[in-house]
Amino acid sequence: MPDKNAHSYWKGNLKIVLSLLGVWFFISFVCGILLVDLLDSIRIGGFKLGFWIAQQGAIFVFVILVFVYIRLMDKLDADYEDSASGDSNTREGDVE
Amino acid sequence: MSVQIWTFIFVFLTFGLYIGIAIWSRASSTNEFYVAGGGVPPLANGMATAADWMSAASFISMAGLISFLGRDGTFYLMGWTGGYVLLALLLAPYLRKFGKFTVPDFIGDRYYSQTARLIAVFCAIVISFVYVCGQMQGAGIVFSRFLEVDLTTGVIIGMTIVFFYAVLGGMKGITYTQVAQYCVLIFAFMVPAIFISLLMTDNPIPQLGFGSELNEAFGGGYLLDRLDGLSQELGFAVYTEGQKTTQDVFFITAALMFGTAGLPHVIIRFFTVPNVRDARRSAGYALVFIAILYTTAPAVAAFARTNLIDTVNNAEYTEVPEWFTTWEATNLISFTDKNNDGRIQYVGDPDRNELEVNRDIMVLANPEIAGLPNWVVALVAAGALAAALSTAAGLLLVISTAVSHDLMKRSLRPDITEKQELRYARIAIFVAVLIAGYYGINPPGYVAQVVAFAFGLAAASFFPAIVLGIFQKRMNKEGAISGMICGFAFTAGYIIYFKFINPGADNADGWLFGISPEGIGTLGTLINLVVAISVGRMTDEPPQEVQEIVEAIRLPGEAMEH
Repeated sequence: MPDKNAHSYWKGNLKIVLSLLGVWFFISFVCGILLVDLLDSIRIGGFKLGFWIAQQGAIFVFVILVFVYIRLMDKLDADYEDSASGDSNTREGDVE
Repeated sequence: MSVQIWTFIFVFLTFGLYIGIAIWSRASSTNEFYVAGGGVPPLANGMATAADWMSAASFISMAGLISFLGRDGTFYLMGWTGGYVLLALLLAPYLRKFGKFTVPDFIGDRYYSQTARLIAVFCAIVISFVYVCGQMQGAGIVFSRFLEVDLTTGVIIGMTIVFFYAVLGGMKGITYTQVAQYCVLIFAFMVPAIFISLLMTDNPIPQLGFGSELNEAFGGGYLLDRLDGLSQELGFAVYTEGQKTTQDVFFITAALMFGTAGLPHVIIRFFTVPNVRDARRSAGYALVFIAILYTTAPAVAAFARTNLIDTVNNAEYTEVPEWFTTWEATNLISFTDKNNDGRIQYVGDPDRNELEVNRDIMVLANPEIAGLPNWVVALVAAGALAAALSTAAGLLLVISTAVSHDLMKRSLRPDITEKQELRYARIAIFVAVLIAGYYGINPPGYVAQVVAFAFGLAAASFFPAIVLGIFQKRMNKEGAISGMICGFAFTAGYIIYFKFINPGADNADGWLFGISPEGIGTLGTLINLVVAISVGRMTDEPPQEVQEIVEAIRLPGEAMEH
């Protein structure tokens, strides 16, 4: 059951998850908390940049991240299903 | 028409709607009762998740807390939204693929152990009870202020409504009621925010008004600069600068994120969609719906704070606006004329400050402070009730399934029929409603503190156990159980010590590494992970069939049968 396709699917999945979590960590913990005072020296309109990321900007990035994830995973799923149906292996289904 | 009549109309209409939905969506099987038959469209589930998640705390308290915390309030904003990234990427799709009813189901089956299942049942019930008491208290505040009924009657009305649709419809009823409640609460939150943004900055979008210039009537200049200036002038902390230490903000944010991803009432929402792809989508929708409120809240916080200072500071006490007097009657705002000049001094210095403002009223009183029409004021009451009731219902369902499914069916009495199981589920909800109602009427003085408890405990117990269960095939029951116990015990011990045993030491000097009890869940999560991985390495690997389950939940395709 755990064939070559399944293995590369899982590796692709981990790559997507880890890179998106990298952005997640960077925007919230690095920009929004650790470097917030530094970024506050940049001003955009009525906002100090660090303050804005901490209170609003990071949330917008979170939303984008989840939708990027949905798109990338849809693509990965489609590739996996294509290659799986090309093999003689049956598609992954109920295992119970 | 007066605020009270408007409130009656809105509450009556919305409650009628909830009851109508309850009758329409009665549940007839355990599958429908636990996971709404697994057929909820992702968009609807996104709305339901958002309502489930945004509680009385998000609706009533959060903007108020932020308006007094300034920049530090960010840990609520990022913590309670960033957790959804974790939920979407690390948990939701895999748990849907696994296809069971509850979180203890996953823990018990993945770790092939009744002990693990029972620990999970215990954690789920403790976390949910702690949380549900806060909701009932929130509903009580709204009833007593806006309908001027006493708190007991208010809580009983709220409990009856929740009881009605939760017992009849289970997850199915709760889901569709939550969709309606989301619409009510987001409308009720946004309308006053838009009004106030227009009033103060001429910008109809509060998210932008937050960074805009005030209009002539409010003295011009950027809103945030003005607020910083006012704060400094009166001796408060500068609004856009942090007061807490960086490591404390870091740890609290992380604890709220991990906690969000580990809260059972949020996780089970992803069991209700048809398949894995929809689980991902509904996590995305949920985050959008939540982000609408969460990006507005900091704007509301800044508007409200500026407005409050402008309105009350140095005002003649005999000439205060009407809202001041009504809220004074609820003791949520109080004035002591320390220097007997008949004016309100609202300043940072505690010896000279004459005004005490409860954080909770900032959102509720905000429309009144800004002088908005009566129907807008009343709308906020209906929204706050929607937020409190929707979350309460989701939590009660977790308690009920933990008892009827995990405790009775899967542990104590596996031979009961589906009909009996359903009856246990309804009895469990009934009992849970009564207990929650009791605590709503007689709130323990520490509800605000124990909310930190719920997040810390969810972070330190469920989150690592589930993530390891998916991403580490080698993880076995010994590792998971010892990890959960150590994480839970450490976090609970730390919070209990500082909140109940030795509250005197609850300050930066007494804390471990300068981490407050609110943020300790992060350390609990790390302890859980380290213990689980080391114990897991030293003991036997899990049986072959469990490893096969893990491989199966990692792959796309049809979800396993419920």
